[in-house]
Amino acid sequence: MSQMVQAKPGKRGGIGGFFSKLWSQKQLMLMSVPIAIYVFVFNYAPMWGWITAFMKYNPKNKNLFDNPWVGWDNFKWLFNRQEWLGVLRNTLAMSLINLVFGTLSAILLAVLLNEVITKAFKRTVQTVTYLPHFLSLVIVVSMAQNIFASDGAVNQLLMRLHIIKEPVFWLGEGKYFWWLVGAINVWKEVGWNSIIYISTMTSIDPSLYEAASIDGAGRFQKIMHVTLPGIKSTFVVLLIMNIGHLLEAGFEIQYLMGQNLVIDWSQTIDVFVMKYGISKMQYSVGVAAGMFKSVVSILLLFLANFIAKKLDEDTLI
Amino acid sequence: MTDTNLTYKKPRRRQDIAFPIVNAILLILLMFVTLYPVLNTVAISFNDGTDALRGGIGLWPRVWSFKSYESLLSDPATYQAAWISVSRTVITTILNLILTSMLAFTLSRKEYVLRHFLTTMMVLTMYVNAGLIPNYLLISKTLNLSKTYWVYIIPTMFSCFNMIVLRTYISGLPEALVESARIDGAGDFRIFWQIIFPLCKPVLATVALFVAVGSWNQWFDTHLYNAGKPYLHTLQYLLKMKLATTQASANAAKSTADAMTSTTQMTPITIRCAITVVSAVPILIVYPFLQRYFVTGMVLGSVKG
Repeated sequence: MSQMVQAKPGKRGGIGGFFSKLWSQKQLMLMSVPIAIYVFVFNYAPMWGWITAFMKYNPKNKNLFDNPWVGWDNFKWLFNRQEWLGVLRNTLAMSLINLVFGTLSAILLAVLLNEVITKAFKRTVQTVTYLPHFLSLVIVVSMAQNIFASDGAVNQLLMRLHIIKEPVFWLGEGKYFWWLVGAINVWKEVGWNSIIYISTMTSIDPSLYEAASIDGAGRFQKIMHVTLPGIKSTFVVLLIMNIGHLLEAGFEIQYLMGQNLVIDWSQTIDVFVMKYGISKMQYSVGVAAGMFKSVVSILLLFLANFIAKKLDEDTLI
Repeated sequence: MTDTNLTYKKPRRRQDIAFPIVNAILLILLMFVTLYPVLNTVAISFNDGTDALRGGIGLWPRVWSFKSYESLLSDPATYQAAWISVSRTVITTILNLILTSMLAFTLSRKEYVLRHFLTTMMVLTMYVNAGLIPNYLLISKTLNLSKTYWVYIIPTMFSCFNMIVLRTYISGLPEALVESARIDGAGDFRIFWQIIFPLCKPVLATVALFVAVGSWNQWFDTHLYNAGKPYLHTLQYLLKMKLATTQASANAAKSTADAMTSTTQMTPITIRCAITVVSAVPILIVYPFLQRYFVTGMVLGSVKG
C-alpha cells in the first residue's frame, strides 16, 4: 500500500480544488480547449472588428488605433443614402415574400404528403422534392436562367396557355426580381422545409382523427381542425426564428442574379456590404452596415420571442 | 354469434374518392416542376451549341451533340477544379467529424468542470455573427489565409450546430458504457475514440452529409480569397464565372440570340449547362442513397430536439 496520499480531485476546497479537478481532467481539456480557442478566434474575435465602424479604416495602417475616430459618421452617411433605404426595402420585401410563401408552401406540402396512404408514393415525392435543397445556388441560378430566359420554359408555357402574348423578360426587369427570388427559394426549399412539419404531423395523436371521424368530419375538416392545430407550436417557433432572420434575405441569389438592370430591386444588405465593403474597399461603411444588420436581427429575435411568450406559446429561448 | 363489426365505418362520400386523386395529381405536378429545370439543363447541355441559341429546348435535345462535354473534359482547368472541390470536401468532412464529435463528447461529460462555460460559448455563436467584413479582415489580413488552399479548410473545420446535435446524441448513449470503460482504466481520449466515436455512426453519417454538401457547394470563399488563382478554383466557381459572362451579355440584349451578335464575349449556353451538370452530378448520384440519413438527422437536430 503506497505511503503517498493521492490528491483527491474536488476534495480540496476553493480555487485549489478547482485546479486539481481540472488537472485530473486534462484529457478532456486537451480534447476541448484547442477547439474552444478555434471558436474564439473565428467567431468571437472578429466582433472586435465592429470598432472599425466608428473609424475611418484604412487597411494600410498597421496599428488599429491609427485609424481616425469618426463616431457615428459612418452610420449617418449610411442612413442618408437613398440607396441604403432602397436596400432595406429590398431586404425586407424579399424576406417577407420568402417567409410567407416558404412557410405556406411547406405546410401545404406537408399536409398533402400527410394524406398520402401509399408509402412508396410518399417516399418518392419526398425524395424528389428534397433534391433541390442539396444543389448549390450557383447551379440553381444557372438552371433558373434557362427556365426564365426569353425563350425558356416559363415563357413558352405561359404563351401556350395564352396567359401572355409575348415572352416576358423576367431576368432583366427589376419589378419581377423579388418574385423570382421567392419562386426560386420555394422551388429549392419547399421539400426541405416540409420535413419538420411532416415529422410533427406524424406525432399527432391518431385518436384525435378517430374522434373527428365519429363527429362526422370529412378529410378537409380533419385537416383544418386536427392537423393544422397540431403543428401550431412548430409553426410558431419557426416563425420566431425566421423573424430573427428577417434581414438575412440572402446574398447568393441576389448577388448572382442581380445585375445593373435590376440592381435597384436586387440589392440586399449583404450585397450592399459586399459592394461597398469589399469591392469598393470602404471597409468602415461595410462594417457599419453589417453591424446594423446583426444588432437589429438580435433585437428582432428577442422581440418575436417576447411576443410569443405573451401569447403563451412555445418559445425559442 | 356472428362477427359484429365494431369499427366505425364512414359512408363512402364523393370527397373521399376525389381527394386522394386530386392530392396525387398535385404531388405529381410538384415533382414535375421540381425535376423540369434539372432535366431541361441536362437537355441543353447535350445540345449543339449554335442550335441551342435558337432557344426553346425542352426535355430532350433537339440536335444531339457531345461537344460541350468534349470541350469541358479536354480542358485541364476542369480537372484541376474537380480535384480542388473533391479534396476540400473530403478533408473538411473528415476534420469536421473528428473535431465536432470530440468536443461533443467532452461537453456530454457531466463532471467536466468547463462544461457549462464552453457550452454557453458554443451556443452563443449561433446567435451572433460578426459580419462579412470583420471575418474577411480576420481571414485575409490577420491570418493571411488569402490566396491559399487552406482558406477552404481552416475556417470551416468546425460547426457549433453539428456539435450540439452530436452532444445530444452522445448524452443519450448509456452511461454504463463509459463507466465500465473507466473502471477498466481507460482514459477519456481512449473512451472517446474507441467506444463513443464508433457508436455515433448514424449521426456522424448525417453530419458528414451536411458538411460535405456544404463544402462541395461553396463558391463564395473562392470568389473572396482565391479569385486570382485559377489553380485554386473550385467547380462551383468555374460555373459562377460562366454565369457572370452570361449576365454581362444579358445586360446588352433581350435574348441569348441577340447576345451572340453583341461584342461581349459570351460563353455558349451549352457549356454553361454542361458545367452545371458536372457540378451537380456527384450530388445527384449520391443523394438517393443517403436520403434516410438526413431525415433522421434533421429531426434529431430540429427545433423540437
